[in-house]
Amino acid sequence: MTTSTLSRLYDSDIAWNFRHSWMARISTVTLLLLFAAALFAPLLATQNPYDISQLFLLDSELPPSWVEGGDPRYLLGTDQQARDLYSSILYGLRLSLIVGFASVVLAAGLGISLGLIGGFVGGMVDGAIMRVADILLSFPAILVALLVNGVARGILPPDQHADAAIWVMILAIGLTNWVQYARTVRGSTMVERRKEYVQAARINGVSGMGIMMHHILPNVLGPVLVIATINLGMAVLTEATLSFLGVGMPATQPSLGTLIRIGNEYLFSGVWWVVIFPSVVLVILVLAVNLLGDWLRDALNPKLR
Amino acid sequence: MLGFLIRRIIQSIFVMLTVALIAFMMFRFMGDPVNSLVAENATTEERDAVRERLGLDQPIWVQYGRFVARASTGDFGLSWRNARPVSTLLSERFPATAELVLVAAGLSLLIGIPLGILTALRPSSLSAQSLQLLSLIGISLPTFVTGILLILIFSVWLGWLPSFGRGTVIDIGWWSTGFLTVSGLKALILPSFMLCLFQLTLIMRLVRAEMMEVLRTDYIKFAKARGLTNRSINFRHALKNTLIPVITIFGLQLGGLIAFAIVTETVFQWPGMGALFIQAVSFGDVPVMAAYLVLVSLIFVIINTTVDLLYAVLDPRLRVDGTKSAH
Repeated sequence: MTTSTLSRLYDSDIAWNFRHSWMARISTVTLLLLFAAALFAPLLATQNPYDISQLFLLDSELPPSWVEGGDPRYLLGTDQQARDLYSSILYGLRLSLIVGFASVVLAAGLGISLGLIGGFVGGMVDGAIMRVADILLSFPAILVALLVNGVARGILPPDQHADAAIWVMILAIGLTNWVQYARTVRGSTMVERRKEYVQAARINGVSGMGIMMHHILPNVLGPVLVIATINLGMAVLTEATLSFLGVGMPATQPSLGTLIRIGNEYLFSGVWWVVIFPSVVLVILVLAVNLLGDWLRDALNPKLR
Repeated sequence: MLGFLIRRIIQSIFVMLTVALIAFMMFRFMGDPVNSLVAENATTEERDAVRERLGLDQPIWVQYGRFVARASTGDFGLSWRNARPVSTLLSERFPATAELVLVAAGLSLLIGIPLGILTALRPSSLSAQSLQLLSLIGISLPTFVTGILLILIFSVWLGWLPSFGRGTVIDIGWWSTGFLTVSGLKALILPSFMLCLFQLTLIMRLVRAEMMEVLRTDYIKFAKARGLTNRSINFRHALKNTLIPVITIFGLQLGGLIAFAIVTETVFQWPGMGALFIQAVSFGDVPVMAAYLVLVSLIFVIINTTVDLLYAVLDPRLRVDGTKSAH
């Protein structure tokens, strides 16, 4: 099975397209490297930045190792609390990606379900879902995410804010981004539900739920992949922005955005490396995801060829 | 046209009522206001008395109606954090945000449109190619990273421009302006540039795409055949039709500018509404959050409706469609 499937995949349109686009290949390799770095962060890091016993305050604010005054033990230098920046970035990247992926899963799950229901059931239910989507879409994503975040903070007692931060972030970003999935899936569902195979399933006595899950769903998932890729870039960016604003991940569990915020507070003391390196990693991550998303959109859309 | 207008206004009222409902729910379900008004050891009777005085014992839709009535006069009660009227807090902060957003919007048009025309007229020139590449980077850079880079270069390393605050402001009535002093204007440069960068790249790319599209149409070919000068064709004939979609996108993005002013105000410690909102979010200060939400939504709704109407005025084809579908 494997050889024939593999060779079919190799000969497929999209694989050909991939082999001939250097942009797609560079961004894929970059992303794989970043994912691997995040996954194996505990192995790659030289210290655990969350473990206070591993920090030596005398080593605080050391510049990168190649600059004068740098220490070879700290490749990218240290911050005010003597945390090794290289290790902090690995752990921060890990958190940023966890929040990014989890919120994409939440948004996709919510959007696909609502889109399927709206498109399949129609009528009032569809109208209600789409009105909510319209209103949500007329507000910038960052504002909606901030609002969900603020409400969650208002409901939770203050001493739980830090522990719950990661869940609040996933919820806030996920609830902001479902609209695009819902609209796309709804559109394709409305087309699919009139087709003969759906009628055949209906005559065979398959329930509405069964038709949605087993017959329509597999046929409307194509474009979702593109949306999810572009969405991942946006989710990572939103997380970083919220953390930068001080309402995202706390300083005890820094994501890339939190690291940039911490670095920004010390910008004037000449400690540029604490803010620059996390920013560079964030920009590379977002750029690679966006380029891959752009390529995927073009490659899967035969109209553009 | 009239039908279109009425439909748009009804739609706007519906959106505002929904936003007010969200704001009302925030008040209703985030913390019990009675707790903050009575003593720790108050009896149940005392609590009920306060509840009755505030009207919290009435049906929820009556409370919602009263909330909408009070909100429409700008009354959102006191901030939970510093016990001042929310309307005063917001009106103190409004001019700073308004000036920042206006300057950023103006800059994005003043720089974006000429650059778009330039890249459309000479698509293969070196400057056009490098502008396209720069705009790709401009779209991918997180706004706060841009802001930090600007501060690092122009404030920390070169020391040319201030990195925080509004400089010296002059009060005209309740409005405080930074336009009239040198330090006020200097303080505006970096924040407004940071805020407009994304919008600028968007407008540039849009003008370029539209202009290239328009230049291929028959009426431009006809204008060329008539022997009109390039200058007249490009600027009198082509540009006019290019700008219609630009107006829509610009209007819609104005809302985005107000939202992203939150980030800019945090980076540059700009004393505007966005910075106030961020404080409210981190402290769970519901009245300020609710009031900001309603005010910003109102601005969005007004902008969107105006853009739609303007569009109908500018493009006669849409006017016909609008009346048709209204019947």
